[in-house]
Amino acid sequence: MANHTEHPDYVGHLIPAKLYYVIWAILMVGTAITVFAATVELGVFNIVVALVIATIKGTLVVLFFMHLRYSDKLTMVTVVASIFWLFILFSLTMTDYISRAWSTYSGH
Amino acid sequence: MATAVQTVERENYLNSNYGIKSWLLTTDHKRIAILYLISITAMFWIGGFFAMMIRLELLTPAGDLVSSDTYNKLFTMHGIIMVFFFLIPSVPAVLGNFLIPLMVGAKDLAFPRVNLLSWYLYIIGGSTALVAMVTGGVDTGWTFYTPFSTTYSNTHVIGAAVGIFITGFSSILTGLNFIVTIHRMRAPGLTWRRLPLFCWSNYAAALIMILGTPVIAITLLLVAFERAFHIGVFNPALGGDPLLFQHLFWFYSHPAVYIMILPGMGVISEIITCFSRKRVFGYEFVALASIAIAVLGFLVWAHHMFVAGISVYAALVFSLLSYLVAIPSAVKVFNWTATLYKGSIRYETPMLYAFGFIGLFTIGGLTGVFLASLGLDVHVTDTYFVVAHFHYVMVGGMVMAYMAGLHFWWPKMTGRMYPEAWAKLSALLVFVGFNTTFFPQFILGYMGSPRRYHAYPPEFQVLNVLSTAGASILAVGYVLPMIYFTWSLRYGEPAGPNPYNAVGLEWMTQSPPPTHNFDETPVVTWEAYDYEHQPQEEVTVGHE
Amino acid sequence: MATSEIQVAERALQHHFADMEQQKETSTFGMWMFLLTEIMFFGGLFCAYLVYRASYYQAFVEGSQKMNIWLGATNTAVLICSSLTMALGVRAAQMAKPKLMIVLLLITIVFGFGFLGIKAVEYHEHWVNHEFPGPNFHFETGDPAHPPTDPQHTQIYFSLYWAMTGLHALHMIIGVGLVTWIVIVGWMGAFTPEYYNPVENVGLYWHFVDLVWIYLFPLLYLISKKHGG
Repeated sequence: MANHTEHPDYVGHLIPAKLYYVIWAILMVGTAITVFAATVELGVFNIVVALVIATIKGTLVVLFFMHLRYSDKLTMVTVVASIFWLFILFSLTMTDYISRAWSTYSGH
Repeated sequence: MATAVQTVERENYLNSNYGIKSWLLTTDHKRIAILYLISITAMFWIGGFFAMMIRLELLTPAGDLVSSDTYNKLFTMHGIIMVFFFLIPSVPAVLGNFLIPLMVGAKDLAFPRVNLLSWYLYIIGGSTALVAMVTGGVDTGWTFYTPFSTTYSNTHVIGAAVGIFITGFSSILTGLNFIVTIHRMRAPGLTWRRLPLFCWSNYAAALIMILGTPVIAITLLLVAFERAFHIGVFNPALGGDPLLFQHLFWFYSHPAVYIMILPGMGVISEIITCFSRKRVFGYEFVALASIAIAVLGFLVWAHHMFVAGISVYAALVFSLLSYLVAIPSAVKVFNWTATLYKGSIRYETPMLYAFGFIGLFTIGGLTGVFLASLGLDVHVTDTYFVVAHFHYVMVGGMVMAYMAGLHFWWPKMTGRMYPEAWAKLSALLVFVGFNTTFFPQFILGYMGSPRRYHAYPPEFQVLNVLSTAGASILAVGYVLPMIYFTWSLRYGEPAGPNPYNAVGLEWMTQSPPPTHNFDETPVVTWEAYDYEHQPQEEVTVGHE
Repeated sequence: MATSEIQVAERALQHHFADMEQQKETSTFGMWMFLLTEIMFFGGLFCAYLVYRASYYQAFVEGSQKMNIWLGATNTAVLICSSLTMALGVRAAQMAKPKLMIVLLLITIVFGFGFLGIKAVEYHEHWVNHEFPGPNFHFETGDPAHPPTDPQHTQIYFSLYWAMTGLHALHMIIGVGLVTWIVIVGWMGAFTPEYYNPVENVGLYWHFVDLVWIYLFPLLYLISKKHGG
């Protein structure tokens, strides 16, 4: 094996530190944008903007800090499955809450 | 021959180490399976005791054996113990833990220490729940509906909830271990299409364990906080919605019933193929049906809430989805039947239990489809019809599958055969006792007898007495195996590595297996259930 | 690879794995599976949040306006920085730079404590303002021109605030403990480029906790700025 003081003998994909700094910077900027966007009155779009920014930030954390970009397909399936299952929980529960006010007898 | 056979015992996982510490600190999946076997059996009898009390009370129409408060505690504790501490862990924790590494050709599960932790969590959670029960009990029903459980009940709700919370993590860790093991530790040549269906079923159940259990964990935690700090997340008097509790509770608890049944179905697949000496018909369909059940099972939970106050539009959606989830189960039943067709059938005890499973699970499953219908459910919900339905699938199905599996793999686990005649008798008693207990309950429920009531109108007494009589027969059918299995440990005929001449990696190592499972890592070159090429020899051991 | 690293790697290989690569892949997959369960665990609370916010939006707006945005934003920034140092620390372990790894992980711990400290300040503030749900709950918007519209459901907002951030803080504490353990074990020379999966796995856990906060912050702190705040 190479003498690792001269030739770093790393295993697996070594991500350049610069990439981490770039991601960090994007995340910080994203936080600032989120705070700023909350001060602007956008009505129902406030939540949309907030969640979109949060999802972009989250995706960057998962892809780069958590190395999903460099991981195998099985890990990717795991992450997608978790998002999908959360989606099942949220959406099917909301079918009840959204439609409770709809009345069969007196019209809506 | 019933004499204690003197043989020179090869080293195996049972005799490799002695002493209590070697058991309590083991990381060997086989020993952990035995630890679970003992604890789960104890829980079964405690849950069975509560069942006995219920059936005794229901012998007479008046509520004369116990008060209604006590009766509420009895059915609650029966449900909690049987669901969380017996049915959910039974096949995975005992048979799954023991067999999955063997079936995939590995030396152990992926995370052996996590496996031991899993057992300790089960013990701690179980003890916590039992303490709550012994020091005053819980009376909310195993379903913990709010706001009764959070606000108005005067019983040990927090203790029971915490006990279930802890045991939930035991389940999660077991599921995690299974999934990682099956993905990452299969022997060379063991492709997904060659994997035993027992592994596919436990894999599907493990998916449910990891995706669903965390939700009930957080929900019970909220119930405990609500009770302790008088918060109102589920309390309508404080602005909360009790139906939210039910949504979150059933999001897990419905898929939980598939956690219970899928491993049992896996056992049945293994047994039917061996005792018909035929490859499972439609192997791929059975494997994918397991996954389909796991996925679809998450989409149907609000069928437990049809009359609770959810919107009728949501109820329609859930009703349709509930019909769909029956399909993959039916696929399995058809495929098992097709496997039997033109097979060379042997009527050993495991096969008798498997036949019982197919018939009783089908009845239970079909009545589940009845319950998915909104109109019918309005009539029979919260009656004994529902009680009969779930006991048909859980006891007629799942417990029979567990018994089938215990008998099938007992020689592998212990190196001994059980006495076949007694075993067949017990299977018969279980079948007769079970149907006598629970079939009358379909009728009772349809006639309007509500569940969770300790008193009932006198016209229902005959069926109730019949039901209790059946329960006594059923109890005998469960006691006998306790006796003869224990007896067999010392006096049973020594079993060779493959007493049933089955196909599978677990049968290719000695009985009981050595600690490291295989002397050499096996390389798999045959298809699953390759009975065409398995020589048929007379089964000579274990018959009296 | 020097002899001591070979010995570390051999000691580190568990008996039921064929080789280190299988062990590494298995343990990382196991951690991802565990994080999946954590997502569903928090998911139950997010579902409750979704249901109540959809039904009682104004009550949630009013509750949210009692949050201190600057402390919340600072905490978000602190966690993002800690994720950076954590990721760099894992990288250092991968590159056989144990001392650098330890420094980076210690900074991560400092950031972790920073987050918890700020959270404690916030919790104290809410506590003395009677914004903890229960019999002593008493909600004031702080603006006499706009009295509370629906204090009952604002209490639900606060129940979820305390539950979600409390659960998150508990996970942070556990995370700080895990990183401390890695520092100690790393100081004793346990990690090499061949065997650093515990560092990677703790890193995954840490980033996950950051990820949860990335969603908690806008959902709890930034619902709406109407009516001032």
